[in-house]
Amino acid sequence: MRKTAYLGLFSAAAILFGYVESLFPVFLGIPGIKLGLANLVTVFLLYQFSWKEAALVSLVRIFVTGFLFGNLFSILFSLAGAAFSLAVMVFLKKKGDFSPGGVSVAGGVAHNVGQILVAVFAVENINLFYYLPFLLIAGLAAGFLMGILAGEVLKRINRKDFL
Amino acid sequence: MKPNRKDISLICGVLLAAALCWLISFGKGLGSYGEGVLQITVDGEVFGTYSLSKDRIIAIEGTNICQIKDQKVKMTKADCPDQLCIHQWTITREGGVIVCLPNQVVLEIISADAPDTIAY
Repeated sequence: MRKTAYLGLFSAAAILFGYVESLFPVFLGIPGIKLGLANLVTVFLLYQFSWKEAALVSLVRIFVTGFLFGNLFSILFSLAGAAFSLAVMVFLKKKGDFSPGGVSVAGGVAHNVGQILVAVFAVENINLFYYLPFLLIAGLAAGFLMGILAGEVLKRINRKDFL
Repeated sequence: MKPNRKDISLICGVLLAAALCWLISFGKGLGSYGEGVLQITVDGEVFGTYSLSKDRIIAIEGTNICQIKDQKVKMTKADCPDQLCIHQWTITREGGVIVCLPNQVVLEIISADAPDTIAY
C-alpha cells in the first residue's frame, strides 16, 4: 500500500518534470534536444526499486503528459524513446561496472537514438540521420547532468527511509 | 558521484561515434553551401522541389506552411499541438532538414544537380 502511494508521488514528480520541460520546446533549434528531467525519476526508481517500477512510472508519465499536452503521435514517440532508454539502462546496470552517472548517460543517448530511428521510419527519409551527431552529444550531456543529479539524490534518499 | 573507468570509456565511445557520424555526413558533402534546392516530401513522396533563390511561401497539403526567404527555409505553420518544427532554426545548407513528424512532412535541402530533381 505504502509503495503504491509512493509510486504515485514519483509519477506526479515525473509529470511535473515533463511539464516544466514542455515549456522550453526546442533547445538550440534542434528537435529532440532537451534535459530529460523525467529521467531523474526513472534512474532513481531503477536503483531503489527495479525496472518494473521505473517502467510503470514512465508509462504513467508518458500517457498523462501526452493526453494533457500532446497527441497520439507524441505519446508513441515518447514511448519509443523511453522504452529504448530503459532497456539500455537496465542492461548496463545488470552488467554492473557502471556508476548511476554512466547508466544515465547511456540512457540519454539511447533515448535520442531510439527516437531518431522511429522518426526515420515514420517519414521514410534516411537524411534525418544528419541530426545524429548533434543528438548523440546532446544525449550525452543531458544524461551526464541528470546522472550527477540522480547520484546526489540516491546518496540522500533511500527507499528504507519511507517504506 | 564519481565517474569510474567504465563510465569514462562509455563517454569516449559516444563522443567517437558522434565524431564519426559527423565525418560521414561531412564526407558526403552535407553541410556545405552551394546550389541547393528545397525538396518537400509528404509521407515519403516528393511533394515539390523549389529553388532557394526566389522568396516564396508554400502551402503543403493544408497542414503546413513553409517559407523561403533570403535563401533560408523555415516552417511557419503546422496544425499539430507540439509545434516543434516551427521552433527549429532555419535551414540554408545542403543536408539541412526540418521535420513535422505528426504530418510526416519533411523539408530538406538537397544538391541542385541530384539527378532526380530535374523531373520536378
